[in-house]
Amino acid sequence: MTAPMTETNTQNLASYNFAYLDEQTKRMIRRAILKGIAIPGYQVPFASREMPMPYGWGTGGVQVTAAIIGRDDVLKVIDQGADDTTNAVSIRAFFAKTAGVATTTATPDATIIQTRHRIPETPLHAGQVLVYQVPIPEPLRFLEPRETETRKMHALEEYGLMHVKLYEDIARNGRIATTYAYPVKVEGRYVMDPSPTPKFDNPKMHQSEALQLFGAGREKRIYAVPPHTNVVSLDFEDHPFEIQHFTEPCALCGAEQVYLDEVVLDDKGGRMFVCSDTHHCESRRAEGHRGALLGDEPVVEKEAAI
Amino acid sequence: MAHSTPAASIYEGGFADPVGASQTVFRALMDAMARPGTVHALPAVTAPPAPLTASASALIATLADADTPVWLDPALTKTNAIKDWIVFHTGAPITAYQSEAAFAVVAAPQSLSALNGFSLGTQEFPDRSTSVILQVTTLTEGVALTLEGPGIKDRTTLAPAPMPQHFSEQWMANRQAFPRGIDLILAGPGSVAAMPRSTRLIRKEA
Ligand SMILES: [Zn+2]
Repeated sequence: MTAPMTETNTQNLASYNFAYLDEQTKRMIRRAILKGIAIPGYQVPFASREMPMPYGWGTGGVQVTAAIIGRDDVLKVIDQGADDTTNAVSIRAFFAKTAGVATTTATPDATIIQTRHRIPETPLHAGQVLVYQVPIPEPLRFLEPRETETRKMHALEEYGLMHVKLYEDIARNGRIATTYAYPVKVEGRYVMDPSPTPKFDNPKMHQSEALQLFGAGREKRIYAVPPHTNVVSLDFEDHPFEIQHFTEPCALCGAEQVYLDEVVLDDKGGRMFVCSDTHHCESRRAEGHRGALLGDEPVVEKEAAI
Repeated sequence: MAHSTPAASIYEGGFADPVGASQTVFRALMDAMARPGTVHALPAVTAPPAPLTASASALIATLADADTPVWLDPALTKTNAIKDWIVFHTGAPITAYQSEAAFAVVAAPQSLSALNGFSLGTQEFPDRSTSVILQVTTLTEGVALTLEGPGIKDRTTLAPAPMPQHFSEQWMANRQAFPRGIDLILAGPGSVAAMPRSTRLIRKEA
């Protein structure tokens, strides 16, 4: 994959705007963000701009970050929980260059965390902003392709069809098969797409200490969940919402109750499950936690030293 | 007497550092909006003609442009100075109609008799509403308002003054219209707080 930044941008160091966007665009995005915060879960239309990266790279999230970021911010970017994918590295480099901000992989040190499809395992704290890159912001789109109709459904709180669809899912699969982009209701009013995060992360959105902002570039929508806001995954009395459970802990750090990725080790079917959140896994290992694959010697050493 | 104030001309008193200042002001406002009732420091980055305050002018300079009509209360329209300052520094058109305003700036909140003349947006586009900036002299020493809702852990209090007449009743009516409604931005001296439409006002038991 090629880096998303164009030649022109890297050459004309002095000629681009702080955080790339011009002030008028930032103002328009900022106004949309304020409305989004005031109406939790409601999708605010905005005039999305072309960015020097393809849509799949999270142009909505990048525009939201560009509109809020200041010189004193510390930025973390994750892609499926990892800080080191091409996408995450490119976006970090983009803001390090255009805004001159410090970047980090450490969740607690970041003031802004831009994410593609995960919420960090380390609980977020007050003062942090989590910016989601959203491909499809409309949770009712699969039921109704027309924007005018879905907008009407949100306006009238007509969410019955959504429930029917989820219930059919149960009838067909015995459980709710939707494991990503599992719809939530925000503060008892708007049904919202939490972006394609695994439903494992849905409970982290509820009453979070951090402000959560969502940007969809191609679909030109911004929405928000303020801190301390109720975010409830849709479910049924006889089929309550459940997150995924993993039968084994992380093979590297031994963490339980975290989201794990399957990693293929060899061509003989060997595989392991490891934390999707790379920073969480690394900091646990740095603290001496050892998963099955790493053995438990260092923990013993540590105990002996006390 | 020719004493020169920073705003002797409407062409002066704008942002010296537009990029940095507007980002700083916006972040303070975003935090205030995300955590209703909390008070955030605003740097003195503008010097507008009186009675427009530094805080209110910094907010309007950060938010308004040619796409956002601004309504000014009678206290701000006694002369053309404030209207001209806003037009020069933001490019925003000034409107005489509350219902057309994207932003309203109110220098005398106690004289504002109604909140429902502003645009509340529509049920389908509740974002097409007026954000009302109230210039207040304090955010902590007025009559305490008890608030709850999104952005607030349990409950919080804010004590701005002066406030519009019959504010509790007006705010409850605004809240009833949700998701339609106005959002309030409270511009205090060197500070800002907010009450988005999602905020509920709790009546104190007598
Ligand atoms: Zn791990």
